Amino acid sequence: MNPVATTFFFYFLSAIAIICAILVITRRNPVHSALLLIITLLAQAGLYLMLYAPFVAGVQILVYAGGIMVLYLFVIMLVNIERAQLEERFNKQWVVGALATGALGGLLLFIFVKGRSIFPATAHMFPEQVNTQQIGLMLYRDYLLPFEIASLLLLVAIVGAVVMAKKRI
Amino acid sequence: MAEIGTLHYLVVAAALFIIGTIGVLTRRNVLIILMSIELILNAVNLNLVAFSRLYGLHGQVFSIFVIADAAAESAVGLGILIAFFRNKETVNMDEVDLLKW
Repeated sequence: MNPVATTFFFYFLSAIAIICAILVITRRNPVHSALLLIITLLAQAGLYLMLYAPFVAGVQILVYAGGIMVLYLFVIMLVNIERAQLEERFNKQWVVGALATGALGGLLLFIFVKGRSIFPATAHMFPEQVNTQQIGLMLYRDYLLPFEIASLLLLVAIVGAVVMAKKRI
Repeated sequence: MAEIGTLHYLVVAAALFIIGTIGVLTRRNVLIILMSIELILNAVNLNLVAFSRLYGLHGQVFSIFVIADAAAESAVGLGILIAFFRNKETVNMDEVDLLKW
């Protein structure tokens, strides 16, 4: 089945993602930032669906928008945000930081526009129906060692988070 | 209108990456800095998935590893933030000076 209105949905989702990302780093209230970041992540999940990656889109919604952002909201509730709302939002070197990063962005755009011919014009069409199956096979066949290392990393992160957030060990 | 190719996705990912980097460099609140790091990791994920359309599924598998790393990073970072808030009663990055003399 041919995709419909690809151009419109690409620009729609990209605009939502970028506008909400800009709002994330400019809002004063961290709760608003977290909620806008969830909208950005959901728009990115839509972009993954347009790139024929339904499994990654599902993981993005479940793990990122559902798990990690709930963790962020819990921590925002734990710390005192009334005081943070009265203070200066940006630090002293914000002009230099924004200028340097803008230069980096200009360089990236320049490289993309100059080197657009190195990307193949026609993309492969991977079948969506077996995407999850193929990713599972690759995870357990080709990437078994990185998979185990990732599980070990998550275990270390759990222990480290508990140790650091606990009052006395 | 033109066909949406890999380059369009790369430009969107670059924009998100730049926005995240500006957030890390300019904000004072540690929570917003951690959220900006999430934005950066998401931009990398978008690049990986966009290239996996051209070169096979390896990019999608790697983006799952990046998501696992992001979960570990945010858990440890928020643990450090809670420990710091308990000591100094602030969440501002430029007041983190316990190791300075």
